[in-house]
Amino acid sequence: MGRFLLRRFVSSIPVIIGILALVFALARMIPGDPCRAALGERATDEICDAYNERYGLNEPILVQFGIYITDVATGDLGESFRFGVPVTDLLIQRLPTTIELAAAALFIAIIVGVPLGIISAYRHNSKTDVATMIGANIGVAMPVFWLGLMLQYIFAVFLRDTPLALPPSGKLDAGLIPIPFYEAWGLPQNGFMEFLSEFTLMNSLVTLQWEIFQSAFLHLILPAVALATIPMAIIARMTRSSLLDVLGLDYVRTARAKGLRERSVILKHALRNAMLPVVTIIGLSFGLLLGGAILTETIFNLAGVGKTLFDAITSRDYTVVQGFTLVVAISFVIVNLIVDLLYTYLDPRVRVS
Amino acid sequence: MNHDPDDQPLDSMEASDAIRDEVRMDLSGGDVSATTAGGLWRTAGREIVRKKSAIIGMALLSVLLILAAFAPIIAPYDPGRVLFDEGVSPRDPPCIHLFGCAEDQSQHILGIDGNGRDYFSRIVYGARVSLLAAFVAVLFAMFWGTIIGLISGFFGGWADNVLMRMMDVLLSFPSLLLAIAVVTVLGPGLINAILAIAIVTIPQYARIVRSSVLSIREQEYVSADLALGVTRWRLLAHRIFPNTLTPLIVIATLGVATAVLEIASLSFLGLGVQPPTPEWGSMLAAERNQVFTAPHLVFFAGLMIMWNVLGFNLLGDGLRDAIDPRLGR
Repeated sequence: MGRFLLRRFVSSIPVIIGILALVFALARMIPGDPCRAALGERATDEICDAYNERYGLNEPILVQFGIYITDVATGDLGESFRFGVPVTDLLIQRLPTTIELAAAALFIAIIVGVPLGIISAYRHNSKTDVATMIGANIGVAMPVFWLGLMLQYIFAVFLRDTPLALPPSGKLDAGLIPIPFYEAWGLPQNGFMEFLSEFTLMNSLVTLQWEIFQSAFLHLILPAVALATIPMAIIARMTRSSLLDVLGLDYVRTARAKGLRERSVILKHALRNAMLPVVTIIGLSFGLLLGGAILTETIFNLAGVGKTLFDAITSRDYTVVQGFTLVVAISFVIVNLIVDLLYTYLDPRVRVS
Repeated sequence: MNHDPDDQPLDSMEASDAIRDEVRMDLSGGDVSATTAGGLWRTAGREIVRKKSAIIGMALLSVLLILAAFAPIIAPYDPGRVLFDEGVSPRDPPCIHLFGCAEDQSQHILGIDGNGRDYFSRIVYGARVSLLAAFVAVLFAMFWGTIIGLISGFFGGWADNVLMRMMDVLLSFPSLLLAIAVVTVLGPGLINAILAIAIVTIPQYARIVRSSVLSIREQEYVSADLALGVTRWRLLAHRIFPNTLTPLIVIATLGVATAVLEIASLSFLGLGVQPPTPEWGSMLAAERNQVFTAPHLVFFAGLMIMWNVLGFNLLGDGLRDAIDPRLGR
């Protein structure tokens, strides 16, 4: 197992180097002077000379790439000209919002998608099955930005003044400012603590700030549902088809023949095997979530990685685009690595082969 | 997706070459004529009309194709024409005489957009942009993906290694993110958006073609051709390539759906089609802040995108089931 882990880990290194090379190349392909592209209007000749010197832009391209890799390895992703802060600091502030959103969406997608798939497979060709699959087909086809806007309209306008009304945008109600847990507990402040405290739900929960927790929770519902819809539909379809395959196997017939209850046959015997492809799909949908987060955060005005990236593109803040793209792509690789390992844990046959 | 070569046509070329057919029959131990390419597609054609999903998919797409082809006849107004001189005001709600809208008002069945243009006409013309952009993106990706996959699978060795590692890197990005990065470099616009979506999807086609080539390469009829002295290029062009087409077409049909969605997403973010060209994603983006006051301007554009994606998805699913029932349920 140890050797397998190591091999799998080593095999993702070339991919990460490839990502670095691609992001580096894309940044160099932006038309015009890289200094003026990165620093924008305020760049004078002196500033640009200093900038070129600092980032080795006068060196040969391979040396530049070496410098870039070293910078990235030491956590230096450059500085945002729009915000005037290092991109790394911006990531510390913005990443937790996106992780919270993606995690909530994935949670919804799994707890709704998997049971729907199971029911569909169990009642194969019934009305429930047909309805679920029509729903899943429509769910996959829905543009996430459209769904987000429609949810905003339904829950903030149409259902206004009913108990079902939900806030259409932002992370918290206006005027609410959460106290970071390190301040509440008298802990030292540093980058990592700040990063953790930006997980608003978690932070307000551990410091017992109920009003903030409630507000953050309500604000998270609509964007999470919008983002969850496509993965949910994909997971439901995959669970259904995978479970149908497994239910046709001999060992399931044996389980039934020996008089096990249907519930036990499906949940204990069939489901474990049927979940293998579903785990892969869940891993792959993480990419969908990250892409979808750009659209969802823009619509719901959530200051996460996606919205920051979008704003950076429109304001030509290329350092931010470059840094954020890199971090998102690398986290996607890491998630896929984790999914692979999980897969090996679930299915020992993979390790053997 | 697994691609099983067993139910592939043994040969898509003419069955008239008697000597070759004889050799092939000897090697494969089967009857060639029963599984010619035409036969496969005929069977698929018969199968596909039995698939409900494919029928619904084709019906949805036919509507769009009719809208796109006859846009100038169907649309009551020019999509770019501002109608303020005809007494409309920005974001007027739909007015349909049949449903009780006053006869003295001009009829606009989906209302007026923020710039005073007939929304229905823009939706109709939007079908052209959406379909065309998605098709071009998929054809481009298919072309390069096929070339890369053929080289990789057929020649193997270092070329295979280098090409496939490059594909791995492209696949390791969330597709929309990479497309955004590419458009950021190239600059916004329809052509660049198409190019970005195409680049991002090349690996899918390259991989599927490569895996088909790998399995076809091991078939007896390929060995037979090699033994008969057929050149490698001829083999590639006339034996291997035609046999990779089946999975490729299925993937491409489903790929059009993804392309439609991603081009609309890029346009929504302001990176794709630029106004005033009528395109559903950018039309939606232009009115998104008015969703609380004029929801119809957001609703119909999104509905059309969904319609389009749903059509290609259903058709792709049906096509896949018809060609190879084992590929998916």
